[in-house]
Amino acid sequence: MNQPASQPPAAPPVRSDWPFLLGLAILSGVYVMLIVAMLAADLTFTTTGHLLAALRSPEIRFSIRLSLITCTLTTLLALWVAVPIGYLMSRFRFPGKRLVDAILDIPIVLPPLVIGLSLLILFQTPAGKAIERIVPFTYAVAGVVLAQFAVACAFAVRTMLVTFDQISQRGEQVALTLGCNRAAAFWSVALPEARRGLLTAATLAWARALGEFGPILVFAGATRLRTEVLPTTVFLELSVGNIEAAVAVSLLMIVASVIVLTLARTFGLRQPLERVL
Amino acid sequence: MIAVEQADIRQGAFELRGISFTVPVGSYAVLMGRTGSGKTTLLEAVAGLRPVRAGRIALSGTDVTHARPAARNVGYVPQDGVLFTSMTVRENLGFALRIRRWPRQLETERINELAEILGLTGLLDRLPRGLSGGEVQRTALGRALAFRPRVLLLDEPLSALDDATRGEMITLLDVVHRQTGVTVLHVTHSAADADRLADLVLRLEEGRVIA
Repeated sequence: MNQPASQPPAAPPVRSDWPFLLGLAILSGVYVMLIVAMLAADLTFTTTGHLLAALRSPEIRFSIRLSLITCTLTTLLALWVAVPIGYLMSRFRFPGKRLVDAILDIPIVLPPLVIGLSLLILFQTPAGKAIERIVPFTYAVAGVVLAQFAVACAFAVRTMLVTFDQISQRGEQVALTLGCNRAAAFWSVALPEARRGLLTAATLAWARALGEFGPILVFAGATRLRTEVLPTTVFLELSVGNIEAAVAVSLLMIVASVIVLTLARTFGLRQPLERVL
Repeated sequence: MIAVEQADIRQGAFELRGISFTVPVGSYAVLMGRTGSGKTTLLEAVAGLRPVRAGRIALSGTDVTHARPAARNVGYVPQDGVLFTSMTVRENLGFALRIRRWPRQLETERINELAEILGLTGLLDRLPRGLSGGEVQRTALGRALAFRPRVLLLDEPLSALDDATRGEMITLLDVVHRQTGVTVLHVTHSAADADRLADLVLRLEEGRVIA
């Protein structure tokens, strides 16, 4: 404090950047290696024979087909809901918005089993039973889609919210001055500019739906040739000790995920999936 | 004509009170003021993008104080152009015409005419992403002029341009103003722009407009 003004303290020598960079590289490398090692383990464990045997099984064929159909349906439903919610939350202020925002995060943080249980109980209420008389959900294929939707949609909603937040509102304002009403500005300006986000949301929703297991098990059951999707197959095969089939089916899901991820990236996904959350 | 009478405009904590000014028909008015003085807010209020809490705004003799932006028929060029990124230059220029359901042939003629005046003929099929600052501003200007509005609102149309492009754009704005006779309200903080273009200089200082 009482240093003479003529003699400022000398700057300490700058220490090397290497320890920091090395630390970054090692910690990042450990996780990347873990991912690659897991996939490699699956690959080396499975033989073509196991894969073919799995593909020949009628139960597994059914579950592949059901998985593809339900995931696609879930994705369409999720987008149909996520786009308006994302747009509403991004562009408008209204009372209770913070509460709605918090509610939208619940499916992301809630344990999946609890979601399944909550759905099961919901459909035991008088209102739920009334719906079931028209469309059966519990232990039915519709239940598979609903269980997938309950979780996957939350991810699509987050993605669309971030997407619309990143798109400046000014484009739509210009459209308003050029003669649009709000709907026309949305369809002709905001939505086309959100197409990458839309693709990201679809990818995330599809991948989430494909991996959904807990809620489906509780709400839609694990009946072979009825409500069996790929994660259910893995579970059922594991539970009877058929590890080869379980790994073969897992590999199928890995391949499906990789294809979806590649498709999304090829069509120009700007950011990796994790960054939107 | 643009007439603002005793208008109160609020945006968040920022507030303009009792703003009054008039821009006569066919005039080129430059509204000057420091950064943060509320120039853009005022321009947006005229465009209908900000609510006016009190007072009155009239365009070409019609009260538009509470009219929606689409009903005001003003050409609005926001700062940095804000082109529609998913559309080509041609589609940007023709946007207001498609909304107004102009016949295809008239639309094409109008787009070509604008492209000619604004030097965009070679760029019509390009997307905004690769355009230079000057090209973006010219496209935004064309998009705003396409439906022949009687009032043109410009928000710092020259601020992002380099000196050479700036000179060209000033000439262009002058030509467009003379050819169309449109009433212009041009917001800027640059006295040089005002000197070159203005028939009428307005200053926004401490929440008041001084002619």
